[in-house]
This record gives sequence, structure tokens and C-alpha cells, in this order.
Amino acid sequence: MSGGLPADHFVDRLLAAGFDFFVGVPCSLVKTLLAELERRGLYLGETREDAALGVAAGAYLAGGTPVVIMQNSGLGVSLNALGSLHVLYRIPALLLVTWRGYQGEDAPEHLVMGEVLPRLLEVFGVPFRAPLPEALEADVDWAAACIRETRRPVALVVRPGIFE
Amino acid sequence: MTLTDALALLTPAIPDGAVCIHANGHIGRAGCAARDRDECFYMIGSMGLASSIGLGVALVQPHRRVLVLDGDGNLLMNLGALATIAAARPPNLLHVCFDNGAHASTGGQPTVSDRVPLDEVARAAGYRFVGRVETRAALAAEAPAFLAREGPAFLLVRIAPGPPGPPAPRIPHAAPEAMIVRLRRALGVPSVSEVPSDSEGGR
Repeated sequence: MSGGLPADHFVDRLLAAGFDFFVGVPCSLVKTLLAELERRGLYLGETREDAALGVAAGAYLAGGTPVVIMQNSGLGVSLNALGSLHVLYRIPALLLVTWRGYQGEDAPEHLVMGEVLPRLLEVFGVPFRAPLPEALEADVDWAAACIRETRRPVALVVRPGIFE
Repeated sequence: MTLTDALALLTPAIPDGAVCIHANGHIGRAGCAARDRDECFYMIGSMGLASSIGLGVALVQPHRRVLVLDGDGNLLMNLGALATIAAARPPNLLHVCFDNGAHASTGGQPTVSDRVPLDEVARAAGYRFVGRVETRAALAAEAPAFLAREGPAFLLVRIAPGPPGPPAPRIPHAAPEAMIVRLRRALGVPSVSEVPSDSEGGR
């Protein structure tokens, strides 16, 4: 798996699109992205994904435009926060959700969530795209526009090999 | 001291302009009845996350005082927040925990806060200040000083189990979206981002 996107270009694109607050829980599929955010002093590491969503909600209340980074396993942890905080109050956030268990090729603990991930986002009314590396940066602009228009959380699903 | 008693002592001392994030259950309802302001946020779901929401506000507006009104059940559901807040060390974040040792709004089921002192947990995590009050007189004496402290500061207010005081109405169903608009306006967030731009053709 080579030819992934350089993390620094992607962070530049997020900032250019207006995203300015980054919080999350790590996943190996975004380790270069997290390292770049840490290098720039932009990242707050949380203990759980629903707590990260809570911090992101507070950031939005105060005028920030938040990004929440998580492994798809953490989406399960996040469902109550998504439903009873973000969707209910119309508090937007960009969710960068990695796709462990993609196409059934992964460690066993990732297979169930890997299979249901797109359907789960649909059920919760979270618009999402799962772009290839060449489309990822353009889809950041799609996500920013979606947030402005709907004030709801949106997701970019990060498949294996997207980042360098 | 009931929850209503404690709020009657604390809320008049909250400085104008300070954000107040209320945990769900009786705390939000009684807090809204005690003193509603544009800078108030009432969390009606997402139990446990009031302190995390407060941290997000405090980090984005570091010159504004942020007060979290939490409960023992909420705090126990998201103990990791104590660690994240203590590590981030926001000087403008104040964290009050009303501790009645029970999940009062679901029937009074006990929590473990009688055996696990939550103020000691906050102290071990590394809050800059930790206090504990158990009487009305002690709360009245501490409230003004606490509200002026450098954060992260934690105050455990031991309150009576049982009814929180006179019944307070639920937060209205139509309120959540309006609450966000009101709060962001009070915090000086440009209003253009509050309005869905469906009719603006995007920008």
C-alpha cells in the first residue's frame, strides 16, 4: 500500500476549509495525520471517543469548527453523543473515522464494525464519503459545505492506505 | 442542603458573562429555574459529557470563565474527563460536582460516591484546586472565592439524597437548537455561521 496522501498537505487543506479544532482517539491508519497535528500543536488527545465529541461540541459553542478523529470501533462508543447531543442540538463536526475491518480483511475484533460501518452512519443520518486518496482533499471541501448547510455532523471514512 | 438550596447559594455569585454548562437530569432543570442566562447550556442527553463540553468551550475562549455544574452520576460515567481536564490545565475552567450519592432523576439508585470520594479523584488527577463543602454555611463562604479561582478547580458540594427541591420543569423540547443560537450569540460568535445557508447558495 503506497502512494498515500502526505499528512501535512491534508492538514493544510483542513485549515483552509475552516476547520480549526482537532480532538480524538488514535488509530494506526491516521498515525501520520496525528503526528502532523501534534507537531503543529493543534491536537487534543481524549480518553474516549464520546468524550472527544463532547469537547468538540464545546469548541463549536465557543466558535470553533471541530474535527473529531477516531477509529470506527470508537463510533460505537460515540452513538449516544451523536444522537442526543450533536444531531439533537444541531452541533456540527467533521468526523474522520478510520475503516478497520475494510472488506473483511483485518483482525477479528474489527470485522463486525468494519462490515456495518456505512450502514451505521446512514442509520444515524450522518452524511459520509469514503474517498480514494486523490479525492480526499476535495471531499474536505464537500464536508465543510455540508456542515455550513446542515449544521449536522458529517464523516469522511478513511480506508487503509489513504495516508503515507 | 438540597440541590435547589445549593443552586440558590451558588448561582447569584456567578459572574456575568461566564459560561455555565449544566449536566442532565435535575441539575439542568433546577439550574434553569434558579438562574437562566444566555450563557447557559443545558445538556439534556449525552450523560457524562458536561465536563468535556466545558473543556471545549474553555479551550476555544481562554479568556472567558467556564463553569461546569456536574453530578456524581455524570462524573462517574466519564471519569476520563478529570484526567483530560487536569492534563490540559485550562485556567478558566471551574468544575462543581453536586454529589447526592445517587442517580436522583431515575429513582435514586445509589452511586459509589459514598465510597469513592470524587474530590480525592480530582485531586489525584491534578486539578489546581480541589475543595469540598457539606453545609450551606460552608458553600456560602466558599462560592465567591471558588468562582474567582484559577482553574482547573474542582468543588464537591455534598447535597442531600432525595428530592432536589421544588419540582422544576423539563427543558422544553423545542429548546436545543434555539439554545445553541442564543449561546453562540452571547459568546460573540459571528451570526453568519448560525444560519443554515440552504438559501444562500453556499459560500
